[in-house]
Amino acid sequence: MGILSEKITPADAWSGFKGEAWRESVDVRDFIQANYTPYTADSTFLAGATKRTLKLWEDLSVLLKAEREKGVLDVSADRASTITAHDAGYIDQSAELIVGLQTDAPLKRAIMPNGGLRMVENGLEAFGFELDPSVKEVWTKYRKSHNQGIFDVYSPEILAARKSGVITGLPDAYGRGRIIGDYRRVALYGTDALRAFRQKDFRAIENEVFTESVMRLREELSEQFRALDELREMAAKYGYDISRPATNAREAIQWTYFAYLAAVKEQNGAAMSLGRVSTFLDIYIQRDIDAGLLNEEQAQELIDDMIIKLRIVRFLRTPEYDQLFSGDPTWVTESIGGLGEDGRPLVTKSSFRFLHTLYNLGPAPEPNLTVLWSTKLPTGFKNFCAKVSADTSAIQYENDDLMRPKWGDDYGIACCVSAMRIGKQMQFFGARSNLAKALLYAINGGVDEKSGVAVAKGFEPITGDVLVYDEVMAKFDKMMDWLAATYVKALNTVHYMHDKYAYERIEMALHDRDILRTMACGIAGLSVAADSLSAIKHAKVHVIRNEAGLAVDYKIEGEYPAYGNNDNRADDIAVWLTETFMKKIAAQPYFYRDSMPTQSVLTITSNVVYGKKTGNTPDGRRAGEPFAPGANPMNGRDTKGFVAAGASVAKIPYDSALDGISWTASATPDSLGKTDEERAQNLANCLDGYAAAGGFHVNVNVFNRDTLVDAMDHPELYSQLTVRVSGYAVNFVKLTREQQLDVISRTFHARM
Amino acid sequence: MDIHPISNGSPKAAASHHTPLDHGFLHSVESGAAVDGPGMRFVFFMAGCQFRCLYCHNPDTWKLHNGRRITLDDVIAEIKPYSGFLKFAGGVTISGGEPLMQAGFVGEMFRRIKQEFGLHTALDTQGFLHGNVEDTFFDNVDLVMLDIKHSDPDTYKRLTAQPLQPTLDFAHRLKRLNKPMWLRYVLVPGWTDGAEDIARLANFVADLGDIVKRVEVLPFHQMGTQKWEQLGIEYTLKDCPTPTPESVAQARAIFATKGLTVV
Repeated sequence: MGILSEKITPADAWSGFKGEAWRESVDVRDFIQANYTPYTADSTFLAGATKRTLKLWEDLSVLLKAEREKGVLDVSADRASTITAHDAGYIDQSAELIVGLQTDAPLKRAIMPNGGLRMVENGLEAFGFELDPSVKEVWTKYRKSHNQGIFDVYSPEILAARKSGVITGLPDAYGRGRIIGDYRRVALYGTDALRAFRQKDFRAIENEVFTESVMRLREELSEQFRALDELREMAAKYGYDISRPATNAREAIQWTYFAYLAAVKEQNGAAMSLGRVSTFLDIYIQRDIDAGLLNEEQAQELIDDMIIKLRIVRFLRTPEYDQLFSGDPTWVTESIGGLGEDGRPLVTKSSFRFLHTLYNLGPAPEPNLTVLWSTKLPTGFKNFCAKVSADTSAIQYENDDLMRPKWGDDYGIACCVSAMRIGKQMQFFGARSNLAKALLYAINGGVDEKSGVAVAKGFEPITGDVLVYDEVMAKFDKMMDWLAATYVKALNTVHYMHDKYAYERIEMALHDRDILRTMACGIAGLSVAADSLSAIKHAKVHVIRNEAGLAVDYKIEGEYPAYGNNDNRADDIAVWLTETFMKKIAAQPYFYRDSMPTQSVLTITSNVVYGKKTGNTPDGRRAGEPFAPGANPMNGRDTKGFVAAGASVAKIPYDSALDGISWTASATPDSLGKTDEERAQNLANCLDGYAAAGGFHVNVNVFNRDTLVDAMDHPELYSQLTVRVSGYAVNFVKLTREQQLDVISRTFHARM
Repeated sequence: MDIHPISNGSPKAAASHHTPLDHGFLHSVESGAAVDGPGMRFVFFMAGCQFRCLYCHNPDTWKLHNGRRITLDDVIAEIKPYSGFLKFAGGVTISGGEPLMQAGFVGEMFRRIKQEFGLHTALDTQGFLHGNVEDTFFDNVDLVMLDIKHSDPDTYKRLTAQPLQPTLDFAHRLKRLNKPMWLRYVLVPGWTDGAEDIARLANFVADLGDIVKRVEVLPFHQMGTQKWEQLGIEYTLKDCPTPTPESVAQARAIFATKGLTVV
């Protein structure tokens, strides 16, 4: 291709494409709208995996097995990773259609000390590797990390809240992630054009007053400009000239993947999501198919090959991190489907092809395939999604009918449930605060129920022997004020320092200059807090105190309505909690970079860890018992079946949780219908019903309890067993035993 | 032995048919059942059953007054939030227990559900008490899921503690009413998996003609064991194995050879 590349102009690359606006400025959405071919029929056109694909996947499976045994296969500990730090690497150069690895060998992990050197050192040590002394010297003597910067600023109260677990999971020692570069731009325009656009952006603010924010922006634009050069250089190592636009399907996939690859070479973000590429790529595939250059089998093969690459994205993380997030998630989230603002479905044949990789390569947790569900999606696609869910448990659903009015029709999901306009919006990821624990703080006047340490200062405890609803609410209200203030201070610190010391150069180079930033706060323990308040209100809750006078347990007299049964007496409390905490967040005086405060009801898998850190609660939950994940009702308390449970979850208002509301539902195959066809139909109808009720997100798991129990004992037989947890999927066999038991104990909706 | 299609006695006398119309006793509800009728069902599990099936997986529904007292308005309020969903996704099933134990109230439930929401309705019953209801009862029932536990009267009696004949009569009544039905047959190893017994039942059901839309062979499972223990009742099938996939397939095949649609 080298010889030809000099002669290829945008006009050649774009031949046959329609539309104008996207030619004049960077506007991928306009390009998609002008050129994509909606597909409204069924899945019968799909092609299976080719021999080449299967061979490549088998070769890789050997390495994956070795990796599972060792934890980490290999690490490039000799250098800090950058976009160009490593030479080209291959699985099997002669067989790969889409190339590019994070380092020079498959599953060899890179180190990224900008996030924090200690994280790197601990990760290396845990898996038996050693850090190159020169790297250590640079990040101890000459270069400060994101993590160091943050701890220079944190207040004692933030530190105490962090330690006790009333605020948990802050990205202060790891990369924040949840930023989606518009990787498609590289395919559509090539890096040269993107550089030129960026230069124009830079010059446009030459004559502004050089305030701190203008200077920061100019510095960032310069970094972005450089990152685009490095991206081009990296691709050149693989023999590709991506300074120009992609000219065919294979190049479009390759260019898009290179751009994504640069991001995962540069950043070890908690979630490194891909965006919404399938329908974009379909335009190139369809053009090649129409021109007779590609058949269905070859088209599928290209997608399969890209997915193989996305499945082996790896980061070096510590065992503690893996414990928090269940294995090794990378959240390579790809958003599929949805509707356009003009009402046409954004479903193309490639939407099917992406999902079909779960058959061709078997189920897998990554990439995190996310279907943007609308009740108006074509029936053929709905039924195919439902079938894939029933067969693989590997996809999640998010309500396009809720998101489209907020974010348009070219948004993608970062991580689990966070919607953002691609290339026009990013978020400051804020993990979450623990509302259940905050309720205990309200009862104990800010003293931690486990350690006895005064975490929130200046509060009076409740002294009565029976909890009085109004008194608890008054104290809880004030405690939430304290929590919101402490929390937002921490987040402002984290993101100020992340921008300063671990800036996402290439990801931001693939954004517009001026973007919307959200400050994505979050809450955990919603159902525990709601049920506790319901118990206090509708039953009689006696307080049991220890010698020090600290409330450490509760005795419930009578019954109370629990969240998750479509009973407003309890559900209204959950709604109130969500709305109230959001208001308290929004009332904070300052948000870094004018970010817009939002929140999520999402726990990832840390519901297990949050549970560990929280004492007995007034709903009857025992100390240490895991919380329900996300917005789920507590295990076993949703006694009316999953439609009622879903109806409760659907009441949590999206307007008060614009960063997403997660629900995980598990069903046995037998409980979904008698035949495959019935199962798919019933599941699709349930998804329609949930979406129509305003439900935001659902993970669908379809398997038997026995399968999971067997997988715990014989992990070697279940290497690809995929389980949806909270906004993402995991390899069941990579979970800790505790997490496995938690997944198994979750309500299985199998009527007897 | 042949199954006698004509009954000499009515079970009407065996159980009271003066059941109240304004309230009933409910064991529990399930908002998202997919195997209790066509599509997604909202299921009312009514309390009370006069059968004592050895393999019962819901023995906690046997006693009428173990249930929660509910009125018709309660029933309507339970369904209302889901009526839009059920309209396109499925409907309402009344099961139990044995719903015909509370025939008066259950009839009213069907009437109100039809009247207010126009939803598809199904009755899940073993049919023994059908003498309790008039033909008009079925005007508001779109589908009857009839459990026939065995085709041999003696075994039937040993298995359920009640006679078989009323159930067979009920099947004929459904034929006369031209009411669509599904047959449900629980396959219990050593009890209901005899090829001859199944064939006899298959013949009987095939003779009912095209009212039979589907035959469901349900493999026995042990998930109800705990309930027996909790209730402190002796569970004689404690050590009964679950049927092998082969025997399930075999049973299905026997029905299928009679031209029945089997799942």
